[in-house]
Amino acid sequence: MANSSDIVLEVDGLSVDIRTAGGTLHAVRDISFSVKRGETLCLVGESGCGKSMTSLAIMDLLPKAATKTARRLAFAGEDLSRAGKGRINALRGNSMSMIFQEPMTALNPAYTIGNQLVEAYCLHKKASEVEARERAVFLLGKVGIANAAERLGQYPHQLSGGLRQRVMIAMALMCGPELLIADEPTTALDVTIQAQILRLLADLQRELGIAMVLITHDLGIVARIADRVAVMYAGQIVEEGPTASLFNAPRHPYTQGLIACIPVPGRTEPGGRLGVIPGVVPSLVGEVRGCSFRDRCTKAQQACLDAPPVRETADGHRWRCILENAA
Amino acid sequence: MIGYILKRLGLALLVALAVSAIAFFLLRMSGDVAIAIAGEGARQEDIELVRRTYGLDRPLVVQYVEWLWNTLRGDFGTSIYFKTDVATLVFAKLPTTLLLGVLSLGFALLVSIPLGVLAAVYANSWIDRLALAIAVVGQALPNFFFALILVMLFSITLRWLPVSGSKTWANFIMPTIALGYYVAPAFMRLIRAGMIEVLSADYIRTARAKGLPTRKVIFKHALRNAVVPVVALTAVQLGFLLGGSVVIETIFALDGLGYLAYQSITFKDFPVMQVIVLMLSVLYVLLTLAADIANAWLDPRIRVA
Repeated sequence: MANSSDIVLEVDGLSVDIRTAGGTLHAVRDISFSVKRGETLCLVGESGCGKSMTSLAIMDLLPKAATKTARRLAFAGEDLSRAGKGRINALRGNSMSMIFQEPMTALNPAYTIGNQLVEAYCLHKKASEVEARERAVFLLGKVGIANAAERLGQYPHQLSGGLRQRVMIAMALMCGPELLIADEPTTALDVTIQAQILRLLADLQRELGIAMVLITHDLGIVARIADRVAVMYAGQIVEEGPTASLFNAPRHPYTQGLIACIPVPGRTEPGGRLGVIPGVVPSLVGEVRGCSFRDRCTKAQQACLDAPPVRETADGHRWRCILENAA
Repeated sequence: MIGYILKRLGLALLVALAVSAIAFFLLRMSGDVAIAIAGEGARQEDIELVRRTYGLDRPLVVQYVEWLWNTLRGDFGTSIYFKTDVATLVFAKLPTTLLLGVLSLGFALLVSIPLGVLAAVYANSWIDRLALAIAVVGQALPNFFFALILVMLFSITLRWLPVSGSKTWANFIMPTIALGYYVAPAFMRLIRAGMIEVLSADYIRTARAKGLPTRKVIFKHALRNAVVPVVALTAVQLGFLLGGSVVIETIFALDGLGYLAYQSITFKDFPVMQVIVLMLSVLYVLLTLAADIANAWLDPRIRVA
């Protein structure tokens, strides 16, 4: 049985609002989840559903126009929403780190890989440059980069996208974080590299026992490496649960629709049509009332105009729908 | 890197050669050297005698080649007005102008880098608007007018600084400020624009995600990238500085190349003018070259090109 000290990240009632010319955009609306040590939580959902904003809010990296509110946003039991800037900086890159979507632009073009790798380690661990470089070489080897020592002197533009993302992963692991947030780490890479990077992430996560939040819109990835899955739609978590339970018995119509969209070898007929969720995501500008999925839901009723209840089963599978089981 | 520098050096030499030719022909077209040597009001036969003696009756191209050949050998000719060796004259004045150029560039960067960074970090705030106001005034105010305001304030009213001359370091203060303020706005705006763009880059977010203090994010990760175009602009601005020094040196009677240029134009001293133009253009070309090399050093992606 997991006790509370195992919880690395606890998010309770997190909302992110973005000021736009057309009004306030409610990018993330009152979401709650937690991640335990050694656990991988996958946040899935389509583009613009608030996945990235959630991760940036946790890391306190939101753009200027965005503001966050939360009942509690705790890292290893410490409430970050009350922490000062200095405290956040002491944690960021040290015990919580992040890997971004775009390895091509996430590294500073003006400095060598080595310079960028050692930076956080020297700062947080008060280590010497020599020690930091040793650790960098060790980690570059670990993420599968050959001739690691020579790579330290290279600039980002001399590396391929896949290599750069490996460097980003090594960089995130430099200080031995307890929490790793990976925001669509493979979206910008080609398919063969995607699989390599994901396997690497999953292996490292298991080996180092870190808590990982993996943000993706690829459900195939999720089924393979997640312990728990949270499905986001229009800024809310509409369903969350253990991976097997969620895939085998999805409760929310949106999750069911998403799973129907995945081609399955053997089950999906060659030349047959994949599932499609009709309609478009509602605008999140201004007040959003009732169930945000009702306009696209085949089972929508009059009651969906009110906020749907959150239902829960014994194994911690939760969903936000008026129906016990939409299937 | 060596190949890159050699290529740039070759190009720089060609530019200097072209400028020397254009300057030579333009100056010759602007007036008659024979009249300048013989003096205003000289008799026609005296002028003709001068023309023949100095070989000024030959085609311009021949004269240019001869002048170039002499110049390359280090023989810069003799000043018509000062009656001395041009080389001695010019090299005696050069350090003053170089010093003024370096000082005013330093002053401009000292003002514009912090101001540009502040304006970008606090974009659209009162700090940004203040910086913009300073830049607009700097760009709108002619430098000679600003120089006169400085003289009125610091020399005549407050009596802190000498009005003119070039004997002590105090003589350089006002020229430096006047000339530096003239080129600072362009730097400030470029740094502001560059910083705003760079600050929204993904690698800045990466740097922040590492937990680096804001100071380090701005000055290590952002400024280094925002400063790349500034280096290129520096070369162009140095051109303005050299040109501007003619006006500023004349106002403050600072005994440099600019003041000498003004005098040589006034006295139609062709040999001096030619050498000054050549000198300034070579200087300008060398500075551009230095900027290119500095750029390659700052931005590793350029090195391969």
